[in-house]
Amino acid sequence: MKAFTQLTGLVCPLDRANVDTDAIIPKQFLKSIKRSGFGPYLFDEWRYSDVGEPGMDCTHRPVRADFVLNQPRYQGAQVLLARDNFGCGSSREHAPWAIEDYGFCVVIAPSFADIFFGNCYKNGVLPIVLPAATVDKLFKECADTEGYQLEVDLKKQTATTPSGESFAFDITPHRKHCLLNGLDEIALTLQHADEIKDFEAKHEAAQPWLFA
Amino acid sequence: MAGKTLYDKLWESHVVREESDGTCLLYIDRHLMHEVTSPQAFEGLRLAGRKAWRKQSIVANPDHNTPTDHWDQGIKDPISRLQVETLDANIKDFGALVYFPFKHANQGIIHVIGPENGTTLPGMTVVCGDSHTSTHGAFGALAQGIGTSEVEHVLATQTLVAKRSRRMLVTVEGRLAAGVTAKDVALAIIGKIGTAGGTGHAIEFGGSAIRALSMEGRMTLCNMAIEAGARAGLVAPDEKTFEYLEDKQFAPKGDQWDRAVAYWKTLQSDADAMFDAMVELDASMIEPQVTWGTSPEQVLPVGGRVPNPANEADAQRRVGIERALQYMGLAADTPIGEIRVDKVFIGSCTNSRIEDLRAAATIAKGRKKAASVKQVLIVPGSGQVKRQAEAEGLDKVFVEAGFEWREPGCSMCLAMNADRLAPGERCASTSNRNFEGRQGAGGRTHLVSPEMAAAAAIAGHFVDIRKPF
Repeated sequence: MKAFTQLTGLVCPLDRANVDTDAIIPKQFLKSIKRSGFGPYLFDEWRYSDVGEPGMDCTHRPVRADFVLNQPRYQGAQVLLARDNFGCGSSREHAPWAIEDYGFCVVIAPSFADIFFGNCYKNGVLPIVLPAATVDKLFKECADTEGYQLEVDLKKQTATTPSGESFAFDITPHRKHCLLNGLDEIALTLQHADEIKDFEAKHEAAQPWLFA
Repeated sequence: MAGKTLYDKLWESHVVREESDGTCLLYIDRHLMHEVTSPQAFEGLRLAGRKAWRKQSIVANPDHNTPTDHWDQGIKDPISRLQVETLDANIKDFGALVYFPFKHANQGIIHVIGPENGTTLPGMTVVCGDSHTSTHGAFGALAQGIGTSEVEHVLATQTLVAKRSRRMLVTVEGRLAAGVTAKDVALAIIGKIGTAGGTGHAIEFGGSAIRALSMEGRMTLCNMAIEAGARAGLVAPDEKTFEYLEDKQFAPKGDQWDRAVAYWKTLQSDADAMFDAMVELDASMIEPQVTWGTSPEQVLPVGGRVPNPANEADAQRRVGIERALQYMGLAADTPIGEIRVDKVFIGSCTNSRIEDLRAAATIAKGRKKAASVKQVLIVPGSGQVKRQAEAEGLDKVFVEAGFEWREPGCSMCLAMNADRLAPGERCASTSNRNFEGRQGAGGRTHLVSPEMAAAAAIAGHFVDIRKPF
């Protein structure tokens, strides 16, 4: 997995609550058997005015000029600023794949849906939960300041605004360790293979019908 | 010390190891798979030279991409076909306990076939790369949707890296009125707590109204737990659960059955167990529900009127209502009963089981779909459901009403196959999500029960099925 340590990146504000993973990456793109190439279709229905199909060359598709991702000032953004319950709905990991492939490394919101939140960590994308009032403030500052950037430091667990105001965020030690080092979680778990085997043997003795 | 919740009992009986920050390795008993969220996981295994830890835990079948008609013509879309063939090849290489390829007599929606063949059992941990895995919680199994990286992790290690959720108890006491179903209970709960109300929680559903639900009803309810934000929904197993499971192909037999049932009876929240959140609903107050917006929490009783954003004080919520009304093509204050539909979809992992089809057929019997309704799709959840329905003559009832009787699959719940709404089309749907574009780009979805969907097909608009129409 790709590691994440520190980033200073342009912020793109997506000002709507309950953004679901169907909106992040519509179903027709889920037919792919690959993990990459979803970035051009991120937020496809909001971003383009035609109906997207897998494999489409997006460089000449008609765009919805008012959608934030299409606005010149947010080109090259690496931090997505969002509202409550971001990533709700389907468990599709294609959503963080699309976000990562587009170039976002950080998503900030007052709350995330559980499955999406976990999926981000597996792909080197850092989801940051900040209080609603803080997120509100970031939306305002971002709207007021062209080229608004945030400095995100995972080691220090802070997001810092251009004026130097710093916000602390939580992350579990396990997730932080994996993300900072870009660890292969499967390899990490397999270090405990003997414990898994011991558990499995006891579990089978207690509930043999599970192993029939 | 306070007693334990059902969730805690299930969790603690599967912890292989726990880190100091509470991160656990949780042993996984059952791994359900479909074609959409698994190819990259198998590819990851291959690239790392890893095997499946316990192939006997795997139950798989394609469902999202498969067509629901003209099976003789195969899967026309080459990208869909490749994804289904990739699952065939992956199962051939890595193995499985159960695999129903496309067109197999028992193929269907993975969340329908797991329970019906007894591969979902109380006390299990169940995962699938699909958020509606919460369905299996109806059996008192700890069942949750996972991402593809986690699918790969479970394949390789038989464990999931996870932290314990908070526990929420949703109690529904009393009797549901005739015409009010598990789907209405689920939508009423979501309407009350919101789509993020259960985030970070596992929801246990309890109370006399829940105990009175059939296993199919409990599956419908737990299926929708994820729409309330909860990764897992749970109903404690009881005699109905045992009765449903007895004689299922993969259910334990003989002495094993007795031993299993004795254990399953312990899978209850203790009387003094503590929950982090409690929600109560009065069953007698729940009416048939219809969603009007683009989130399952945007739901009203059938007698209600579409909200007026002018009445919403909170600015962000007001914008949300305005946006939803615009997308849905609805004017503020429109009575739900005046909303006319273009299409009707009865199916999905929420409502495609035999009981759902019987309920829809009861409404459709001897009637015809409204001329203004372009299409009514009846999509059974599995080959077994389809055969059972045909044995009962339900298919004939539907066909005589002008409905289309299809082959099993996910179909127009998410429109990955050819079954979809055209832009602007409005649908009464028994599925689980009314998100923008969910049933086809620009399509407009109203979530309802099978009875309400069938009635809308007949009347051409939503009707209160508690009254003659």
